[in-house]
Amino acid sequence: MENAIAWIFIFPLFGSVACAILGISNRKICYPIAVLSMAGSLWAGIETLRQVLSANDHTVSYLFGGWTLDAYPRGVGIEFHADILGILITLVVLGVGFLVSLYSKLPVEEETPGKEPLFYTLFLLQVTGLAGICLTGDAFNLYVLIEVAALTGYGLIAIGSNRAAAATFNYLILGTIGASLYLLGVGYIYIKTGTLNMVGIHDIIVAQGLADSATMQVAFVLVGVGILIKMAFFPFHAWLPNAYCNAPTTTSSLLAPLVTKVMIYVMIRMVLSVFGVEFSFESTLWTDVLPWLVVVAIVCAAVMALAQREIKRMLSYLIVAEVGYMVGGVWIYNYYGLIGSIFHVISDACMTLCLFLGAGLILRKAKTTHFDGLRGLFTKMPLTMTGFFIGGFSIIGLPPTCGFFSKWYLITGGMVSQRWEYMIVLMFSTMVMVVLFFRMIERIHLAVSESGENLGHGHGDLGLTDQQTRFDEGPLSMLIPLLLASAVVLVVGIYNQEVVSLIEIFLSDFNLPRGEGIE
Amino acid sequence: MSTPEVTVIQDIRPLIAFVAPLLGVIGIVWAGEKRKNLRETFTFLVASIQATVVLSMVPLLLSGTIVEFHIWQMFTHVPLLLRVDGFGLLFACVASLLWIATTVYSIGYMRGLHEHAQTRFYAFFAISLSATIGVAFSANLLTIYFFYEMLSVSTFPLVTHMQDKEARTGGRTYLGYLLFTSLCILLPALSWCYVWLDDGNVAMDFLADTGKVGNFSETTQIILLILFTFGFAKAGIMPLHSWLPGAMVAPTPVSALLHAVAVVKVGVFCVVRVYSDIFGTEVLQQLDGEDWMIGLACATILISSLIALSQDNLKRRLAFSTIGQLGYVILGATLATQQGIGGSVLHIAMHACGKITLFFCAGAIFVASGKKYVSELRGLGRKMPVTMGAFMIGSLSVIGLPPLGGFVSKWYLALGALDRGATWVVFVLLISSLLNVFYLLPVAVTAFFRNPADDSGSEIKEAPMACVIPLSITAIGCFVLFFISGPLVSMVGITD
Repeated sequence: MENAIAWIFIFPLFGSVACAILGISNRKICYPIAVLSMAGSLWAGIETLRQVLSANDHTVSYLFGGWTLDAYPRGVGIEFHADILGILITLVVLGVGFLVSLYSKLPVEEETPGKEPLFYTLFLLQVTGLAGICLTGDAFNLYVLIEVAALTGYGLIAIGSNRAAAATFNYLILGTIGASLYLLGVGYIYIKTGTLNMVGIHDIIVAQGLADSATMQVAFVLVGVGILIKMAFFPFHAWLPNAYCNAPTTTSSLLAPLVTKVMIYVMIRMVLSVFGVEFSFESTLWTDVLPWLVVVAIVCAAVMALAQREIKRMLSYLIVAEVGYMVGGVWIYNYYGLIGSIFHVISDACMTLCLFLGAGLILRKAKTTHFDGLRGLFTKMPLTMTGFFIGGFSIIGLPPTCGFFSKWYLITGGMVSQRWEYMIVLMFSTMVMVVLFFRMIERIHLAVSESGENLGHGHGDLGLTDQQTRFDEGPLSMLIPLLLASAVVLVVGIYNQEVVSLIEIFLSDFNLPRGEGIE
Repeated sequence: MSTPEVTVIQDIRPLIAFVAPLLGVIGIVWAGEKRKNLRETFTFLVASIQATVVLSMVPLLLSGTIVEFHIWQMFTHVPLLLRVDGFGLLFACVASLLWIATTVYSIGYMRGLHEHAQTRFYAFFAISLSATIGVAFSANLLTIYFFYEMLSVSTFPLVTHMQDKEARTGGRTYLGYLLFTSLCILLPALSWCYVWLDDGNVAMDFLADTGKVGNFSETTQIILLILFTFGFAKAGIMPLHSWLPGAMVAPTPVSALLHAVAVVKVGVFCVVRVYSDIFGTEVLQQLDGEDWMIGLACATILISSLIALSQDNLKRRLAFSTIGQLGYVILGATLATQQGIGGSVLHIAMHACGKITLFFCAGAIFVASGKKYVSELRGLGRKMPVTMGAFMIGSLSVIGLPPLGGFVSKWYLALGALDRGATWVVFVLLISSLLNVFYLLPVAVTAFFRNPADDSGSEIKEAPMACVIPLSITAIGCFVLFFISGPLVSMVGITD
């Protein structure tokens, strides 16, 4: 199909409109509309990937409104520009969106009764915004789409309980500050280069040798800090745990895997494609400073995750730590680190999805996600727990889950750049994650209280009634997306070579150090 | 270990040996608690299939053919590759044959004690054995790491089988040691090799990359050696050994097969692989400071034997004995001579057969009498003559007397030490054999020759047949290994 890239947006955008209008008369119709538009969009995404791969320069460009790019500097008008990186992350967004929309039927009906049209409208707009961020080729348009995603995100979180509304306010303040800084930075770029097209900006930076320009340096810092705030990089993370914990199940399952990861994508895009490798890594101090901030970020987030006694809150802090991984992977500045970062964006989205979907099922059956309520869940819902712990093993980084392979490339990156502090902190947080997840397994599997007393009478007696340990799986409409997500975690891990070879094609355009000739 | 005229063929058999137990898990879970006999039939069936497939590759190997199977490309240069060479095949034979014996034994043990969650037990047992075979047939470092981690995780439910306080403590120590070392010590070492071995264009292959570590600077080589030696904590080298006594909370079949054969032997097997096939004997012999590793292995042997002397709990005593015997295997690897390394691989097999007999006996004693401590065993020999007789044979084999298997491997280890010119190591071997005598023989002697303090326990008789038969077979196996040592020696590549 010719314009598959446009169909990626047309499906969810018009789907959301349809939800808003048709939902007034019939609330039941929103769920099928959402699932179908996500399926359509996912199909268009796969089609676009195929087109990108078959194109000579591995890019597909689409001009909205029939503008041309002939004028110099390149780009009057909005260009959607899909290269391999962009379309990979878009596929992650669409895949997660599709699975979550499948999963959403019961949680949405039960947690936000009567608000289905509103919920699905926001849901589809959110996906549109996130996918747009990944595909747009225009720096200002990127800002608009960031705001689309953010505003719908606020709505999706606040639609839940009253506490969620308070958390949203926090998110709103920090999110707006981040976006404003980004916009300010784009303003500086426009002053200096006279274009907003990403390719155009890069061409002019190279052509006019703007690497030492103070204006561009300021622009870089503004854009960079704005993005760091939006991605919840420690210490700008305060909004994230409350927002994700208090949000409705479906919302946290959609936002947690995607929002931070998409912002990492924006950082990589800005660093590599817009400002360029020489500018970002050679003429700024970020390569010296950021890895150390990453060390602080990962340690703090991991320690805070250790202190949590509630699954969703613990996972939220894990996300903050994972953001540290990926930022570190970029700023240790080498080929393997970037492969690791990009691959980790993909794998982290998959495994976070797995964990949040699992947490939603646990919440539904056990009525709590607090650690104390978990005992005996393996016998009660074996499939759910299997899915959940495949995600957990991936976070720890055990083969053959995708988490192992991304962590492998990150560690290798640290090795190549000889950033030992980054490697050590990766090891540290890995061990923290081992503790986190095996502590949960212990709580579920053993008949021992936290203080170490035996609760049962030995021989596998968990000290629970038969009622509590009877086989009682969650509903299929929630279970199947979870199992699919855990299958994806395994498949992406097993076929990581395919994904990595795509990332390598993308990175081959950039001149990155590979650390050869060191003994 | 590369012999000149080898032919390499592609064959699916290594994969079958690995996958069969995984498929068996489906059958085991499907049969469940309600159809016990069917479930055990499945376990027995997959164990037999695995052993048959493994054994069918022996003639091929002896005729100079190496079987390979390429599963899939894992990283840019590193495939997930299975290869059957002498070391791996010997280890795989031992593990899969002893699994059959353990299956029969588990039936007697688990039913005799009316254990709970037997389905879970058999299922994870099968997964563990699958991972063990994977390690044995791995052709490069990343493949071996992959299966190594699979084994760590799949044995956790077995170690914590009792689901109580002790299980929690044991399980925490177990995973804490194993995952800490593999994720934080081993992974950087692997990454180092991946990046810089052979200019980053490397398969980390055991056949192709032998000795390339020699291009690194001396310091780097030493660091890598240390990382690899301690990274495989399953080898139980001191000071990373405490997980093994902790893991003794598991049911005895687990202690017998996993913590005397599969898991710990996977650890030492990996160390031997790295020493012989990544570093290579020539590089190691030239490396200053490699002697410290020999010293470390000797220290492990002696210290653990001394600790074993003071243990009254039979299983704990055996566990410390295992740590000492693993030290022998590491010692053979650190000696870095053909005979030393060959001897260490032989010792994996010889010790496996002897030690599993001892654990089987300890479990049989527990099933029949509920006794766990050495001091309680007085007079038990008359009531359980077969069990205690087998214990005696197992002890003698571990000590290393002819005509039992343990003698052969110790002999080659001593030869290896002399080859290396480290005469003092021979004395360490002698002293440690004496210590073995001191802590193992009193068990059988107490049982046979000392009268019980009182008349309690006169109703004790032999454990169920399902327990007694496997332990008799493995005891006989100790003799058999001595008499078939000829082909085994040529399998591990020792040429006189």
